[in-house]
Amino acid sequence: MNTNPPAATGSGLPASAASASPEVHTFHRHIVEVVSDSGEGAQKCGQSFGLVSARMGNGAWTVEIIPAEIQPPPRTPGSASGVRIRIGSEPVTNWGDEADLIVAFNEQVLLARHRLGALKRGATILLESMWETHEDADIRRAWDEAMRELADGDYHFVLVPMEEQTLTITENPQRGKNMFILGLLSAIHLRDLDIVRDQIRKTFAKKAPEVAESNIKLMELGAAWAEQNVGFRIDVPCKKPDKAMVVMNGNQAIGMGAMASGMDLCAMYPITPATSVSHYLSDVFETSGGIVHQAEDEIAAIGVAIGASYAGKVAFTVTSGPGMALKTEFIGLAIMTETPLVIVDVQRGGPSTGLPTKVEQSDLLAALFGQPGDAPKVVMAPATIEECFHCMVSARQIAESLRGVVIVLTDANLATGVQPFPRPELDPHWQAHLPDLGPIPKDRKPFSWDEQTGLSKRIVPGQPDGMHTTTGLAHDEASTVTYAPDVNMRANAMRSRKLAVFQQTLRPPPVYGGDEGDLLVVGWGSTKGAIEEAVDRAREQGLAVSSTHLTFLSPMQPGLKDIFRRFSRVMTVEINYSDQPGDPFITPENRRYGQLCLLLRAQTLVDIDCWTRVPGEPLRPGQILEVMRAKLATDGKETA
Amino acid sequence: MSCSLLSCATEPDRLFEMSDYQGPRARWCPGCGDHGILTANQRLLADEQLKPETTVYVSGIGCSSRFPHYMKTYGFHGIHGRALPLATGVKLSRPDLDVFVVMGDGDCCSIGAGHWIHAIRYNVDMTVMLLDNNIYGLTKNQTSPTTPQGYASNTQPDGSYLPALNPLVTTLGVANASFVAQTADWVPGHLFATLKAAHRHQGFAFVRILQRCPIWTPDIFQEAVMDPAKTELLVHDDGIRDPDTEEAYTTHTWHDPADIHDGRRLASEPGTVRLGLFFRNEAQPRYDVTRRIPLQTAEEKIAHLERELDRHAV
Ligand SMILES: Cc1ncc(C[n+]2csc(CCOP(=O)(O)OP(=O)(O)O)c2C)c(N)n1
Ligand code: SF4
Ligand SMILES: [Mg+2]
Repeated sequence: MNTNPPAATGSGLPASAASASPEVHTFHRHIVEVVSDSGEGAQKCGQSFGLVSARMGNGAWTVEIIPAEIQPPPRTPGSASGVRIRIGSEPVTNWGDEADLIVAFNEQVLLARHRLGALKRGATILLESMWETHEDADIRRAWDEAMRELADGDYHFVLVPMEEQTLTITENPQRGKNMFILGLLSAIHLRDLDIVRDQIRKTFAKKAPEVAESNIKLMELGAAWAEQNVGFRIDVPCKKPDKAMVVMNGNQAIGMGAMASGMDLCAMYPITPATSVSHYLSDVFETSGGIVHQAEDEIAAIGVAIGASYAGKVAFTVTSGPGMALKTEFIGLAIMTETPLVIVDVQRGGPSTGLPTKVEQSDLLAALFGQPGDAPKVVMAPATIEECFHCMVSARQIAESLRGVVIVLTDANLATGVQPFPRPELDPHWQAHLPDLGPIPKDRKPFSWDEQTGLSKRIVPGQPDGMHTTTGLAHDEASTVTYAPDVNMRANAMRSRKLAVFQQTLRPPPVYGGDEGDLLVVGWGSTKGAIEEAVDRAREQGLAVSSTHLTFLSPMQPGLKDIFRRFSRVMTVEINYSDQPGDPFITPENRRYGQLCLLLRAQTLVDIDCWTRVPGEPLRPGQILEVMRAKLATDGKETA
Repeated sequence: MSCSLLSCATEPDRLFEMSDYQGPRARWCPGCGDHGILTANQRLLADEQLKPETTVYVSGIGCSSRFPHYMKTYGFHGIHGRALPLATGVKLSRPDLDVFVVMGDGDCCSIGAGHWIHAIRYNVDMTVMLLDNNIYGLTKNQTSPTTPQGYASNTQPDGSYLPALNPLVTTLGVANASFVAQTADWVPGHLFATLKAAHRHQGFAFVRILQRCPIWTPDIFQEAVMDPAKTELLVHDDGIRDPDTEEAYTTHTWHDPADIHDGRRLASEPGTVRLGLFFRNEAQPRYDVTRRIPLQTAEEKIAHLERELDRHAV
């Protein structure tokens, strides 16, 4: 191994020892990864780097790299924990393709990223040097083996004595390396160190002031080391945004959106990757008019939420796939009793316990059809962190005005992804009203369904003359139990009609790219950024490719068929399972399609194709671009 | 902020009679113990002059869970086993409401057992009735957790395989239990006195009501019904007192409801039917008090959120 590695690399960065004026390379998009053994703080380092970049005016998107266990054995590929930070001169909407530069605390976690194909050929690698000459022969051997395996990546190594350096000012390098690295990265990327210092103070705001100051010293040490030893700099030009921006992850945005909506009860049971919504809310909700109720299980959580909603408010519950499964029966009750309710499902890989920390979009059909009986409800999917915030405000309003259930589908990618977005201009009108406790006029019934719309005004406990029993049994307008055929058919129609009425208020989804062309890609949820970036690249290459992204999955936005008709090929791109044409036994007749694809085919009778994958990580724009090219190579017009 | 909307505005005297709480005619079988329990509740509400509109009966699924339909209060007939989470949500969200819960033995002690344990611990202020007929009534005669060992049903025709679960002992074994009593549908005075004490209790008042089901378990309580001497009353100055019952049921045991150990012993001794208050402690922490939802105006909430956004500003 050589601390002065060869110069020529894929990203063209000479990593030689510093000269007086380091070479500055300018990129408009750039991907950095920081990986360590779990518990060494790579995430804090990477997130801080992302926040600093956002504050300097770069577009930024960060994605967590999370191991399955809390403390997996150190120095193993399975222990890789960290963050990918993609920064750009323009807003960044997704995690991109391969990393350009990676900082690794040991060669094993680096190997994990290499094996996953996460690193660009010729990428720059800043690697802890201590393992190469470690006193333990096994470690030295592991290092040598790893280096042989890594050789085919043509990487460009800079060996950094992270531990040795950190030990010069702290006793526990385990706790200090990450800030040293933050300094190193900041210097290399020409970050404003005053902003970095300020960010560290913010990060440690809840600790004693000495903690922040000692971390700042470590950061400065890293920056100084880079000044003396790293011969290149990376500039990702930034401009201060012209409007106020905030930065957070999707789960924080869900929590804040819930507060903005005026909901005051979040009932939940811990489950990855949804839990951090409740961590965030537990921290701030109670001083701002709400509580988090950690129930004994997901069933109880939704039960408490329904009870609270029934009593006159709109409550919400947050969960992920396995928890959704448990809530099924109660979702049916909320729909049957027309009790407003918001459910957030932060999707992870399934079925069963599946991939707890990883992204998937596999709960769509379960959300729509998971309840026995006909259970119409609104299902919506935010596509960005910003939408995570705003959709909670809409969800509460929709649930209230339709007297129904709204399921918000986010996913692990949105949950932990961090992105700056324009600061919401809060409006007190977003907030729920206190329940009306006025008396009920004689002719008003608990379900005085409007024949046209199916809508009715709810009556809540406390309203004189409104007494009745809400029931999950079939009931008439007075909420009296009856199994009369005509009443049951009417009640089903009324509950369903509300969706049709709501659909009339929706607009067709915008088409990204051109209004017509050879290929339309349809997506939903967190894949939007990657799909649109792929569309941009395709169009730069002269391909007539567009995309459209659905926010509402139930009811579906209007105008879809008209949009589809303008393209000779339509396909969905999703993170869920579908059979590949050409796989053993797979025929057009038995092929199982992606979940949105199946819905769109049923709804529009258009022969829509799909490309879906379940890699447990977000899709890459480059990958989607390849799929587009492949699709364009097929016969068109099959959809028209 | 002022909470005038949520607080019950006092009005010119409205006087409520039992009939003000009576809903449509109950459809339980003739002779079903649930009828008497319904009457006792209506009598309680009139006695306590509770407003029908601020009273909520929450139930699960079963014969017994039809209860709210026969009251003229607010009611929420939920799903099997899940009355307690619903009731907890109602009370957390609306402390001004008087919450009653009605469950069957399958409902509470089998499918809903998890919620039962935790609801005891939450100790949210509500009156909780377990209508225990030792059988699944509505689904037609299946063994329940409280079916006596050896008692035949449609699912265990050779008799229940296991010793019955004792709901009193179970409740008394859960940390933070605050009120545990037993009464019977065929002792109306005691039933009423027990419900009254339960309703007045600030916290989770758990009342197991032995309930006759002449259809599926006609013989289970027969002995106790026919011979008052077989029933033991727990009496104490701090306990549940009903002079008429004490006259008819002459086997008395002096039990201080503050003594949980003695309460557990009395609850667990097999054989004897004991009616009365096994345990009460109003000093136990209440989740609905410690976790009261803070009341803030929309403007206050928005102001808080602005500060939150400041923390996340770039
Ligand atoms: C999830 C679910 N499982 C099963 C049932 C069927 N079911 C209805 S009531 C009942 C048991 C009723 O027994 P219990 O709770 O003791 O009430 P009782 O009828 O005796 O008053 C069952 C199993 C149901 N309604 N829901
Ligand atoms: S079956 Fe038994 S519990 Fe059910 S209504 Fe009839 S008597 Fe009552
Ligand atoms: Mg029963």
